Amino acid sequence: MTTTDAVWSEQDTSPSAIEEALRRLVAECHASMEQCVPARTLNLVCVVDREWSGEIANRLRRVGRYHASRTVVCTVEPGRRTLDAQATVSVEANTRAGEFAAMRELVIVQVGERHLRDIDSIVDPLVVTDLRTAVWSPHGHPEAVDALTTGRAGGAPLAQVVLTDAVDEPEAETALTRACELSERSEVVDLAWLRCTPWRERLAAAYDPPVRRHELHTLSKVSVRYRSDSLVSGLLLVGWLCAQMGWRPDQLTRHGELLRGRARARRGEVELRLEPVDGMSAPGLAGVETRSDLGTMLALERGEGGLTARRREPPSRRGGDAFEHVWTVLGASRGEPGILGEGIRHALMRDPVFKPSLAAARRLLG
Amino acid sequence: MTTTAAGRTTGPEDNPLVEGLERLPVHPTALVIFGATGDLARRKLLPALYNLAHEGALPERFGLVGNARSEMTDDEFREMAIESVREFSRRPADEKVLAKLFSDVRYLPGSFDDDGVYEGLRTTLAELDEIAGLSLNRCFYLSTAPTFFPVIVDCLGRHDLAERDGAEVRVIIEKPFGRSLEEARDLNARVLSVFQEEQVFRIDHYLGKETVQNVLALRFANNMFEPLWNRNYIDHVQITAAEDIGIGSRAGYYDSAGALRDLVQNHMLQLLSLLCMEPPVAFEAEAVRDEKVKVLRAISAPRPEEIPDIAVRAQHGRGAVAGEEVPGYLDEEGVPPDSNTETYAALRLEVHNWRWAGVPMYLRTGKRLARKITEIAVTLKPVPHVAFQSDMSAGVRPNVLVLTMQPNEGVSLSIGAKIPGTRMAIRTVNMEFLYGTAFLSQSPEAYERLIIDAMRGDATLFTRNDEVEAQWRICDPIVKTWESMPGPLPQYPAGSQGPEEAKQLLLGDSTWRMI
Repeated sequence: MTTTDAVWSEQDTSPSAIEEALRRLVAECHASMEQCVPARTLNLVCVVDREWSGEIANRLRRVGRYHASRTVVCTVEPGRRTLDAQATVSVEANTRAGEFAAMRELVIVQVGERHLRDIDSIVDPLVVTDLRTAVWSPHGHPEAVDALTTGRAGGAPLAQVVLTDAVDEPEAETALTRACELSERSEVVDLAWLRCTPWRERLAAAYDPPVRRHELHTLSKVSVRYRSDSLVSGLLLVGWLCAQMGWRPDQLTRHGELLRGRARARRGEVELRLEPVDGMSAPGLAGVETRSDLGTMLALERGEGGLTARRREPPSRRGGDAFEHVWTVLGASRGEPGILGEGIRHALMRDPVFKPSLAAARRLLG
Repeated sequence: MTTTAAGRTTGPEDNPLVEGLERLPVHPTALVIFGATGDLARRKLLPALYNLAHEGALPERFGLVGNARSEMTDDEFREMAIESVREFSRRPADEKVLAKLFSDVRYLPGSFDDDGVYEGLRTTLAELDEIAGLSLNRCFYLSTAPTFFPVIVDCLGRHDLAERDGAEVRVIIEKPFGRSLEEARDLNARVLSVFQEEQVFRIDHYLGKETVQNVLALRFANNMFEPLWNRNYIDHVQITAAEDIGIGSRAGYYDSAGALRDLVQNHMLQLLSLLCMEPPVAFEAEAVRDEKVKVLRAISAPRPEEIPDIAVRAQHGRGAVAGEEVPGYLDEEGVPPDSNTETYAALRLEVHNWRWAGVPMYLRTGKRLARKITEIAVTLKPVPHVAFQSDMSAGVRPNVLVLTMQPNEGVSLSIGAKIPGTRMAIRTVNMEFLYGTAFLSQSPEAYERLIIDAMRGDATLFTRNDEVEAQWRICDPIVKTWESMPGPLPQYPAGSQGPEEAKQLLLGDSTWRMI
């Protein structure tokens, strides 16, 4: 997309000066090109380390059509005491006659670590009032997230949604505990959870035909394989199954790299197994396998053009040998930029299943 | 019984895993496209299937079978399908998904009345069931000329393909659904002699458009409009579906149809129904369609003597569109030089019920008009008294709520506002809501939504048999009267606002909105 940018910048500035500049830029853009209209969808506040801000900017550029309408990036520079800022309003340059062009607004504010505890007082004038605001802090800075998600003096918090990626946290337990804590006061959109979505959809679809539904209630074993940094995605998937199926999970135990445990279902016990795999290029899950008391097995693996599905049925069903179907469940990989884009889109939605799944995942670790 | 963590109680026949999913599973399905090499299939259906596959929205097990008269192997059909997606898909194709989607596609050459095609189809569908290890639902998509609809339906019935134990069988029928009330009734009777009404999905692709569905959201998800949505506050309604293009290569179809059959009888009456319907008790197929049919039934079938007063037709002459000279309709390739087919139709209708009595509903559509736009404009009655000085209050105009379907999908409300300055001078300004700036996602193509709804068995966005007949009951007398009247038709220059004669439909001080 070719864009025309209007840019303003100032050193040692203030939030009110930035806000005034933004208003002016939007008005100037509209005056110079009547087709320009401000997009009003979602505020996204990013808190990032300055040395990694280029990488974050790159990720945000690649999210595709799911972008926030106003993005406020707070780059944290150790020792900084004043605020420097740049505001940019971009408009698609090649708009056809009779069509509108939506403006995108980007504000980059350089802040110091000392500003983080009260960062809401900097960001507040910079977000569009009455829109949902999501905060994404990929380099930690929990004090900034807390400031943005906790209302001052009992008031409403500035941000309603926390965008997070539990895979970024080295310890799964810490990641899940933090997500649980945040989910008590905000809506949490976890990219690790969104990476599970195609797997959840496919498991749900596999057991959706009426002739298969009873099988779901006879599951006896669930095995999940994940990239070694993506244990949280595996735990969330198993947590989701526990939450939705009404299984009560015990704490998993470690056997080398393998995590094993049991959940109590109405009919009996379900064996749970989570195992890391090497050689995956992208974070997330590598495969899921379920087995039932009826002797059926369903396996989903990453494959070309979607997920490779394998279903085995026991001999008794056909009277002869056991037989196996293999097919591809179609779907394009969204890639990591696509996952971030999905995260931004989900910031506008409500997911009634995430929180119970998260709680169950946390219980799996004791 | 099991209680999910979100508090829902489920039994052994339920699937608790679907809770909270944005994309609900669709039962494994085999889709059979009759007319699979035609323009609609290549431009819309096959790209729609690809986009559904790309997003992981197709059923877990999916089989595609094509049929058309062209002699072709499975491999050749696969190549054609792949090329169609590459050329017409709304997003660049992921080659791996594309290859997988069509890897096991089947093609059965033969005419639509060829028994061999249907025997082949039975065998092919049984094979697909065998491969899947379960009974696939079956969807027959009739992407053919309308004359073949009854032929195909009869053949499906004769070859026991219209029902199946343990699976659903559905038939998707493209418009036009008949060329007259009589034909529509006949076609309905023939279709319903083979299929049950709940198996039949009559496509009006307008209903698959996000912005058309947004009419319902605007009306029934906002409290501010409903108190005004009646004869007490609304002066009149104008529904416009204008195109700047001509008939292109569709002379054969268009000259036998005309503007009234092409757009008014289906799309525009759908828009009118959505605009005027009472709130349904639930957003479910029967409840929504019941309310739409009530609106159509409240519109009287025009008597022949009324028609000159309530309906105008015209043909476009030569003119200029986008700076280019364009020929008149009669000079288009394939159009008979003495054709009396209208390229423009305008109507004034009235919905005779408690809510709408006395509110004129103006509908107009045409080819080669000034620009492409589809909109519903609801003009409110003027304020009862203007207190401002008369020389300053020229800008006090009735509020107009405009719902635009294309090209700038959105909602606009015109309101009077004070011009900055020392005097109380009023002018009209617009409050705009633009779909593209308020939501992050790109709207799916109408066909993607409709195909997946049909596979799922959700008929909310499809036209019911009584709805089609109710539409024809309104249009049929006009078509018949026009057909009985000699030409030539009134002309309007290409690239204009339409014929002068259209003004005679307007009551009171109303004027047509600028296209």
